[in-house]
Formats: sequence, C-alpha cells, structure tokens
Amino acid sequence: MTFSIKKQDDIVLIDVEGQLIVGNRQELKQKVLDEIEAGARKFLINFSQTGYIDSSGLGVLVSLSKKIREHGGELRLSDLNDDLKTLFELTKLDTLFMISESREKALESF
Amino acid sequence: MSQGSPLLDLEITSDIREVERVIRLASDLCETLGFPDTVCRLNVPVALSEAVSNAIIKGNREKPDKTVTIKAVFNTRHLIFDVGDEGDGFDLRESVTDPTLEDNLLLEGGRGLFLMTRFMDRIEQLTIDRRNVVRLILNRTGSTM
Repeated sequence: MTFSIKKQDDIVLIDVEGQLIVGNRQELKQKVLDEIEAGARKFLINFSQTGYIDSSGLGVLVSLSKKIREHGGELRLSDLNDDLKTLFELTKLDTLFMISESREKALESF
Repeated sequence: MSQGSPLLDLEITSDIREVERVIRLASDLCETLGFPDTVCRLNVPVALSEAVSNAIIKGNREKPDKTVTIKAVFNTRHLIFDVGDEGDGFDLRESVTDPTLEDNLLLEGGRGLFLMTRFMDRIEQLTIDRRNVVRLILNRTGSTM
C-alpha cells in the first residue's frame, strides 16, 4: 500500500507514502476515480512523505485534476518539500494546482 | 569520454516495479560521491527514473524476456549513468514539446525528456553491445540547478 485514504467531512484526504512514480501512479489514479464514482468532489493529496515525483506521476496529477474539475470538484496538494516545489516550478505545474504549505491550511482553503 | 570501472552494474527485468530500487541505489551512490543533496534527491532520481522507465516501457515494451542494464561510472569529470535496453530503438527526441507552454500544461505526457535535460548536464543516445543506451551525464563540478 503506497497511499492511504481518509475522509474528513466531504473532503477525501490522500497521503502518498513514498514516491509517486511510474510503478504506482495507476493505483493513485484508480483510487481517486473510484472516489469520484462514489460521489466525492473535494480531494487533498498530501506529499509530506514524498521525496520525488517522476513525469508519469506529474502526468497522473494533471489527469486527475482535469477529471475532478470535469465533475465540478477541486483538487489541492499540500506539504511539498523544497525539491518538489522546485519540480512544480520548473514544469510550471505550480500555476495549475492549488498548493498549500500544510494539510491544515489546505483544509481551511476548501 | 574515458570511463572507469562501473560503481553500479545492474541488470533488471522489464518490470516497472524495479525502478524504485534502482533509483535508491543510484541516489545512495550520488550521496557517497559527495554531490549536493538536491542533485541526489531530485536530479538523479527524476532523470534516471525517466530513462529506466523509458527503457522498460518504450524500449523493451515490458516484455518479460528482455532486460534493462544500468551502469554508473564516475571519472575525473563526470558521473555517468548508462541505461540500456533490448528493444528496436526509439528516438528520445520524438514528439518533443515544451510542457511548460500554456497549451501543453494540461497534457498528461510530454515531461520526461524535458526533465531529463533539465536535471542532467547532457543526454546522449548510443548503441553499446547491441543495446540501445541512454547516457545521462552529470558534471562532477556540481549541480545543474
């Protein structure tokens, strides 16, 4: 298991336990799609335990962001370390996602 | 480019679950060789992950009877990772787009080569012992950031 999912009110909280890479990105995608199917619309993915994300991991986040928006929902990200912030800035994905310093701040922003 | 003895010499199956183990070993090697933290925690993992994933998926098409080789060499000027596959060869530069352009931001793919070139000092494609090899080169003098 590389992801844990909890619910707080109507928000789905996903903790990425390790790296988000080619070997596990489909698992994350399927978990989020299942939650969308079940009616969830607000998602927070927390990266406090993540060292790096590869291009396929970034691609899955982009894909999920689109899918969630198509269903009228919101996706937020939190707890990116400095390396991940660099990665998001370099790819300009920091302009696409709502990124919060902490899970608490992200939850407040919904 | 002169090469010393490999500090890392691996042969893995064409299974994407192997990628993380390779990255861990390469990252540890990077730290042992005294490269900056960001290079070892971000540049090498992301760039090498792309190269190994490409070798497994695009090169070997995930065929279980084909393997991927990963060699790392450290010489007076560079840290070099050679990632070799047994496929028919593919052009790394094909379909190159700038993923940071506004029109491309929402595309799921297209960031792999971009990240490799940003995080390494040089990328080369060559054939060694009938394997298609992607060579990732990091200057010894420091970070590419």
